[in-house]
Amino acid sequence: MSIYLNKDSKIIVQGITGGMGAKHTALMLDSGATIVGGVNARKAGTTVSHKDKDGNDVELPVFGTVAEAMKETGADVSVLFVPPAFTKDACIEAIDAEMPLIVVITEGVPVQDTAEVWSYLQGKSTRMIGPNCPGIITPGESLAGITPHTITGSGPVGLVSKSGTLTYQMMYELKDFGFSTAIGIGGDPIVGTTHIDALQAFEDDPETKVIVMIGEIGGDAEERAAAYIKENITKPVVGYVAGFTAPEGKTMGHAGAIVSGSAGTAAAKQEALEAVGVKVGKTPSATADLAREILQSL
Amino acid sequence: MDLMEYQAKTLFAKHGVAVTEGVVVETAEAAKAAAAEMGGVTVIKAQVKAGGRGKAGGVKIAKTPDEAFEHATNILNLTIKDLPVNRVLVTPATPPEEEYYFSFLLDRSNRQYLCIASVEGGVEIEEVAKTNPDAVKKIAIDPGQGVDEAKARAIATEAKFPEAVFEQAVAMIQDLYKVFTEEDATLVEVNPLARLAGDKLEALDGKVSLDENASEVRHPDHAAFEIREEADPLESKAKDLGLNYVKLDGQVGIIGNGAGLVMSTLDVVAYAGENHGGVKPANFLDIGGGANAQVMANGLDVILNDPQVKSVFVNVFGGITACDEVANGIKGALELLGDKATKPLVVRLDGNNVVAGRAILDELSHPLVTQVDTMDGAADKAAELANV
Repeated sequence: MSIYLNKDSKIIVQGITGGMGAKHTALMLDSGATIVGGVNARKAGTTVSHKDKDGNDVELPVFGTVAEAMKETGADVSVLFVPPAFTKDACIEAIDAEMPLIVVITEGVPVQDTAEVWSYLQGKSTRMIGPNCPGIITPGESLAGITPHTITGSGPVGLVSKSGTLTYQMMYELKDFGFSTAIGIGGDPIVGTTHIDALQAFEDDPETKVIVMIGEIGGDAEERAAAYIKENITKPVVGYVAGFTAPEGKTMGHAGAIVSGSAGTAAAKQEALEAVGVKVGKTPSATADLAREILQSL
Repeated sequence: MDLMEYQAKTLFAKHGVAVTEGVVVETAEAAKAAAAEMGGVTVIKAQVKAGGRGKAGGVKIAKTPDEAFEHATNILNLTIKDLPVNRVLVTPATPPEEEYYFSFLLDRSNRQYLCIASVEGGVEIEEVAKTNPDAVKKIAIDPGQGVDEAKARAIATEAKFPEAVFEQAVAMIQDLYKVFTEEDATLVEVNPLARLAGDKLEALDGKVSLDENASEVRHPDHAAFEIREEADPLESKAKDLGLNYVKLDGQVGIIGNGAGLVMSTLDVVAYAGENHGGVKPANFLDIGGGANAQVMANGLDVILNDPQVKSVFVNVFGGITACDEVANGIKGALELLGDKATKPLVVRLDGNNVVAGRAILDELSHPLVTQVDTMDGAADKAAELANV
């Protein structure tokens, strides 16, 4: 078991012919993920050559549209390596095609574009992860994104993180246990899948025994997650928050403070998490130790 | 990117929002000349990217050009929230009969936009929000729907804009929404929004924060809002090299990959510093994913040019980034710098190609380079070396 992504997931890549798309299509194939094709309207009808994890040649078809790719391949996940200027349109195309899961890796997407995509997605069947995220990995089963698949294997830890490299660091720290699924939700102000979504999914996943949640300064996602944990999560949760020494932003105007009612500081987030019984580590290693203690006591 | 008042007002005017015309000057003499040209009473306003200018003495009323000279002299000598005042805005004094508050902003918690409006008090809006929250209206905006005339009317009605300025408010709300969306802002704030004599509605002050992602993608003109000569020279250099760098006050230079890991590295170094004379991180520098040797060399170049830096901590977890590339970057940077490299480097490499990366540095056996296997251990070593 896992969340959102498993061995049966069939993945297409929007932007499969670009530099990042090609590089990570190769790495996803190497992880053993089932990549069934890609999309690029200008190169429809061609194929791209890659190797699978056993070194065999594979020719992946390039389709003109997401809808066509889904029809021909049965794809149920799309990973987007589309330049930021075109990300909104690529997301909307995938949503219109009723793609069940889209994973938006692209960094630098204008936040109003993401806001419009989020609005468009309401009431539709698509789940969006990202943008500006490393994607999602279910070790040993599938990878939709850029997380290195060589860090560790499958195990009882569920990980949700805003940050890519902290995701990798935490997987490395707990490589002796392994992960059910590790999901990087992205650090942009608006993301499609939140800490809360992932927490609930891990709660519902029988294989996940311990949840590690990594946050960072800004916004109030961690505070909201803390409130959610109190009411809805029975599994042990261990937290880490980055940014205690980050310089205070030169915020302007009063509007931000009026809205969130929270300073968005690391200290405020840690306090909110600890108040609901989440153990929060001082460093990534210390956080891993907290998770390890719980795992050893199970 | 936060804009100064006069820059925000440029965008307001571009989209048809009524603002008080003014002149931006950098000397007291020019302020005097501007005041003389305008005639009558003027307001001299410090132009810095910070709130609370009035309370800091950065906004003064001048009855004569000589007073304008005097106020401008004083204001140009001020530092407001650590920011030196390098220019003032001179505008005709337009005493408001009533002051309102209005803003559009990104509401990240609810993943939509929010309009905040109040007809009770402008400047003291935070106080109003505390003591009389019902007077501060918050209206959600669906980014897919936007603000058309009907929505603007609904907002103006809910905010209870008075009859005399109601239609002006409806028009201005739509124009401000254009500023918000067409310029890709994350905040557009008018405070105070003033009703002047003759029931004329005008933005007396403005704050705009722009989304830098969007500026990069589709607003090349926004680059003009950055005043390069006032930026920190190291930050400017880093920006030219495509590095994400923020200068801080400490002694331990930091280079890492990925914003989260770098932020975490700052924290871990600060904790370690508690045991080593209170040393702190000197900067934030994220070399990003997939960083190669040249990027590493550029990063080291920026950090080693910071005179406050006593030691450098290179903390890389190779995900996409390969540790051997990073090690080669360190090697190349040290070769380039030669005798100019005088500061100790603590390097912690893990992840992708770590064995090869560590081997390169072992072989280099440079007297300034120390390798430590763990992040916490390396932070401790870097803090120790900076405590001299």
